[in-house]
Amino acid sequence: MGETTATLERPGARRLGAIRPGLDPLGSVFAALIGLSLLTLPLMTARPNRIAAGESLMAWSALPPGRVLALGVVLGLAAPLLVLRIGPRLRVVAAGGALVILCLAAGWAADHLTLPGDRYGRVSPDAGWWLGFATAALALGDGLARLSPGPGIRIALLAGSAVLSGLALRSGFWDHLSILREYASRSDTFGREVRTHAGLALSSVAAAAAVAIPASILARPVPAARTALLSILNGVQTIPSMALFGMLIAPLGWIGRTVPGAADLGIAGIGAAPAFVALFAYALLPVAAATVAGLDAVPEPVRDAARGVGMTGRQCLLQVELPLARPAILTGIRIVLVQNIGLAVIAGLVGGGGLGVFVFQGISQNAGDLVLLGALPTVAMAGAAAILLDAVIDLGRGPERRR
Amino acid sequence: MSRAPLVLKVALLAGLGAFLVAPDAFAPLFRPFAPGDSPPIYAQTPLLRLAVNHIVLVAAATLAAGLLAVGFAIAATRPAGRDLLPFARAVANLGQTFPPVAVLALAVPVVGFGTVPTLIALVLYGLLPIFETALTGLGGLDPALLEAARGMGLTGRQRLVQVELPLALPMILSGIRVSAVIGLATATLGSTVAASTLGEVIVSGLLTGNTAYVLQGGLTVAAMAILVDAGFLALQRKATRRAGFRS
Repeated sequence: MGETTATLERPGARRLGAIRPGLDPLGSVFAALIGLSLLTLPLMTARPNRIAAGESLMAWSALPPGRVLALGVVLGLAAPLLVLRIGPRLRVVAAGGALVILCLAAGWAADHLTLPGDRYGRVSPDAGWWLGFATAALALGDGLARLSPGPGIRIALLAGSAVLSGLALRSGFWDHLSILREYASRSDTFGREVRTHAGLALSSVAAAAAVAIPASILARPVPAARTALLSILNGVQTIPSMALFGMLIAPLGWIGRTVPGAADLGIAGIGAAPAFVALFAYALLPVAAATVAGLDAVPEPVRDAARGVGMTGRQCLLQVELPLARPAILTGIRIVLVQNIGLAVIAGLVGGGGLGVFVFQGISQNAGDLVLLGALPTVAMAGAAAILLDAVIDLGRGPERRR
Repeated sequence: MSRAPLVLKVALLAGLGAFLVAPDAFAPLFRPFAPGDSPPIYAQTPLLRLAVNHIVLVAAATLAAGLLAVGFAIAATRPAGRDLLPFARAVANLGQTFPPVAVLALAVPVVGFGTVPTLIALVLYGLLPIFETALTGLGGLDPALLEAARGMGLTGRQRLVQVELPLALPMILSGIRVSAVIGLATATLGSTVAASTLGEVIVSGLLTGNTAYVLQGGLTVAAMAILVDAGFLALQRKATRRAGFRS
């Protein structure tokens, strides 16, 4: 069925506003989920204080009448649009509209449900809001994927949305939401933990790249060394992250106590040192494996040609092999950076700081919003790193070889 | 990549089994890592029971992730599903950017503490590797081969079951292997939300500063991961030979 419509498609039919007959299967699922989330699931939860049991409220009781109407109208327009076979730009507009109105609704509901002067009441999004938000975000991602923007535009979009969300958070519009109340009571430590988190992830990946890339270049041509390198790193990967963080506490503590000067460098059993070493160890294998695979993929005739024009082994490596292997190596670094931003959460469990501090405090206090305060920035950071590095890899490939 | 010889693996399996059945016999080994007079072997819950829980949890999650991912990959490689392919790939990629701890922590307010949030996180995490390899396996088949199968008069379903899936099986198995190994490590995190896995031993060690517990939990999981990896590699080789590729 898809093939017949494709052959009938007129040139230019994908312009903004052009609607082809038939239904879009994926869009229909999105529209159904948005409708379902709004009509059958509670939009917000209101609690008298941080840990009391909450009362789930449907959209029409969580918002003042005018705002319910606004939410209903925007979602009621966006959902049917997603069902139709509309062009990708209109799809982006519809999904983006749904996303924005849901964010506005969360702020409106928080203002509406918080009594004046009440500083203990907590209002947080409930299942319906999260399902609607996730669906709208997926629909937006789908629309953007169909547009398939170039790497420069992707970076610009990422920067734009980061600036916009930063400004929106500063405006105080959502200050009555529970997660921002958790933030308000921790605003002094939040910035520091974000920096610790990003610092741990970035520095461990940078150190791993500085060690693993030269090591795999040296070990690759020697079969025994290559097997040994990859097997050892593979073994490291099987140790569960929590255990590796924990196992490093004792030896690093010992080094900190006995080796003169080590303590001044920050090497100690508790704190950032075990977290850094564990993240570094996990980052080694993917980078090494990607480097080996990238160099293996350099065609033999290319090497022959390099030798034929009189290049030395070193020149061949630096001017021919490494540039050709660069996309593969960068892909390895991207995987590892995203992975380490997530793993750095576990540093919170061993006193290493980072956003994991909030996650584990939240779990132990049974405070879901505190968990979110740690988890959401982590997810945002990991997603931004993935988008950014993917765009950089594409930029390096040059326009003719892009996917 | 060649792996350690069979003898080492049998020895590892025997060591792991002995440790789980009679952990107290290994107490002198862990004694130096336990501070002061604290017990060197975790005894709140028998290690064997925790290990079985751990394996069952990961097996269930990997099975569910495998069925879902192979199903998606089959759907995405049929003519009607081609439109969905970029989207499915993007979603699977996005799933991987969610840190496992975050998935666990976010699932808790919705489904409560215990095994369920862990299972959810494990399934989500297991999807991507299997989906990617199944897609490569099913999508990379020689068109001439499929044409021949069609020429023999096989229906779409027969082609899928008798030709495409057996040929893609080695790739699919490699995805399941990666997924199971990742799952074994991720399941330890489940203990931070009160799932009963070997992570319990590690968490208890972290909280009481008892490195012996951390080592026990960590090394047991690592040994299981190495054995599972080896088992699936063997299966994969078998499937490769059956599919008629050079192994």
